[in-house]
Amino acid sequence: MSTLTLEDVVVRYNKRGVSALAGYSDVILPGEWLGLIGPNGAGKSSLLKAIAGLVRSDGCLAVDGVVLGDLNDRSRAALVAYVAQDPLIPNDMTTREYVLLGRTPYIGYFGSPTRADHRVVDDVLERLRLGGFANRLLGELSGGERQRIVLARALAQQAPILLLDEPTSALDIGHQQQALELVAELRRTEEITVISALHDLTLAGTYTDRLVMLHHGDVVASGDAADVLTADRLGQIYNVCVTVEVDVDELGNRQVVVVPRRGFPAP
Amino acid sequence: MSSLATSSEQAVPARGPLRDGVWFMGAATVLLAAIVFGSSIGPAGPDWWRVPLELLNRLPLIDFDSGVSDGEWAIVWKIRMPRVVLGGLVGGMLSIAGAAYQGVFRNPLVDPYLLGAAAGAGLGATIGLTIGRSATSGWPVDPVPAIAFVFAVTTVMVTYAVGAAFGGSRTGVTLVLAGVAVVSFTSAIQAFILQRNLDVIREVTRWLLGSLTRSSWADVRLVLPYVAVSSLVLIMHRRHLDVFRVGDEEAATLGVSVPRTRLVIVVAATLGTAAVVSVSGLIGFVGLVVPHVIRLIAGAGHRRLLPLSMMGGAAFMILADVPGRMLTRPAETPIGIVTAFVGAPFFLYLLRTRRVGA
Repeated sequence: MSTLTLEDVVVRYNKRGVSALAGYSDVILPGEWLGLIGPNGAGKSSLLKAIAGLVRSDGCLAVDGVVLGDLNDRSRAALVAYVAQDPLIPNDMTTREYVLLGRTPYIGYFGSPTRADHRVVDDVLERLRLGGFANRLLGELSGGERQRIVLARALAQQAPILLLDEPTSALDIGHQQQALELVAELRRTEEITVISALHDLTLAGTYTDRLVMLHHGDVVASGDAADVLTADRLGQIYNVCVTVEVDVDELGNRQVVVVPRRGFPAP
Repeated sequence: MSSLATSSEQAVPARGPLRDGVWFMGAATVLLAAIVFGSSIGPAGPDWWRVPLELLNRLPLIDFDSGVSDGEWAIVWKIRMPRVVLGGLVGGMLSIAGAAYQGVFRNPLVDPYLLGAAAGAGLGATIGLTIGRSATSGWPVDPVPAIAFVFAVTTVMVTYAVGAAFGGSRTGVTLVLAGVAVVSFTSAIQAFILQRNLDVIREVTRWLLGSLTRSSWADVRLVLPYVAVSSLVLIMHRRHLDVFRVGDEEAATLGVSVPRTRLVIVVAATLGTAAVVSVSGLIGFVGLVVPHVIRLIAGAGHRRLLPLSMMGGAAFMILADVPGRMLTRPAETPIGIVTAFVGAPFFLYLLRTRRVGA
């Protein structure tokens, strides 16, 4: 269980350019699932990449008080796992070989995987019900299966912080739900803190604990899905015409459903 | 996450060591057979079938009459065997370097000459055979290999510096494009020098096509340390090369320092390549195709791919050299031509009959 603290995080892709992320600050609590939403170019991926160390950023990023910028690559990878929007999956690699890559932060520079590393992989494959795929080539698997295997690799990394950049963008609605249910289950059982960028607003509101809406690198709204996902705000930020319905189940849980409507929003 | 085991136990081989062992034993057997065959065939010397017997006879605790005279053994040991060993070192080094280059740049069309090792060696040899020839004619040692080596390494360093200046060390793509530019520039200088020294075109062309004709044990001793160190470093990076297969970005999030690791792999592959081309000339095709053939047969994991490419490339080069020295006697067919003639149809056959996974 780890807390991720972000203080005034700024991402610029060139020195004189506009900030892709302009001074983001937040505290993501242990076991929390934070959803990042916003139109294309809002800064969602930039924030995830800054946490993962893939882009240079100003400001302070720390896990349980440990400043990520002070760590070497392996130590950082042991704290933060990252799943890219469109991960490169070698077709001629077996599932076991691919998931074993998640153990890289724990293997010395010239070292080899240990029995313990193999046990972690076995355990992850078993818990994600992928044991039967262990020796299958990745090129033989369906999109949904490949997505689970990418999550398995991230899980094998045993990092307390899991970053997901559009984890369901290439999946049908059934596999989208299965993938997010899997993340929700892993968050509970493994006590992982999850930060994910999501384009599907209804799914984002359904699965995450808290939403942050970004636009042009700035935070425009943050909080509960019902507070962030309002028709007026979505019309203004996304330039769309939507209605937002809030369902309340028998347990009192609110579910926000964003329904697109034909036409353009009023200027 | 705390419920999962931590990685603190003693290192053990990855799964499938038995199958790896079978592959390595098989490749070693093929290589040994190639060495025996290569040393048995030649335009002069003993009957071909007596050479394996004599090789056996030379082993400890074995003593029988193979019918090979001392003079005939001298031909085998002093002329054929250095050529076979050097051919094996050249083929093995080019193949393992090709596999490493293809892995680190995730590009199946890459060969060890990508960043300018061949173009630089070619320019160095051209300078050595033209401008430097008169100045070094009295030297006891032919300086062309040394000049080729220095130019090969320098050219790759220039490529790396140019690529890094444009961000190539992070992405790899700019590095490849820098290689294209530097190779073109280097080749233009070489063409300019040749155009002004037409009398050496034949000699330079023969060098460019590659040859093992003048191989000696001295060449073997010269090249062996580079090949040994380079291939050892590459094999020690087999796991990093597997991580590179998921892309630079994800490799970085898995804890790999992408620019530094890529630099180490490229330096190791380049030093070995530069060393072998400096004595053999530019032998093409091997570094590109042998790793692909191994991938098609034994899979793409670098734990298996690198050692098998080395042994397979060595065997291939030794075998390809045999028709090169026998077909057009007393002249020789450049080995680069033979490797392409023999290798291309075989590669196409494999592409047609086996899965394509690269």
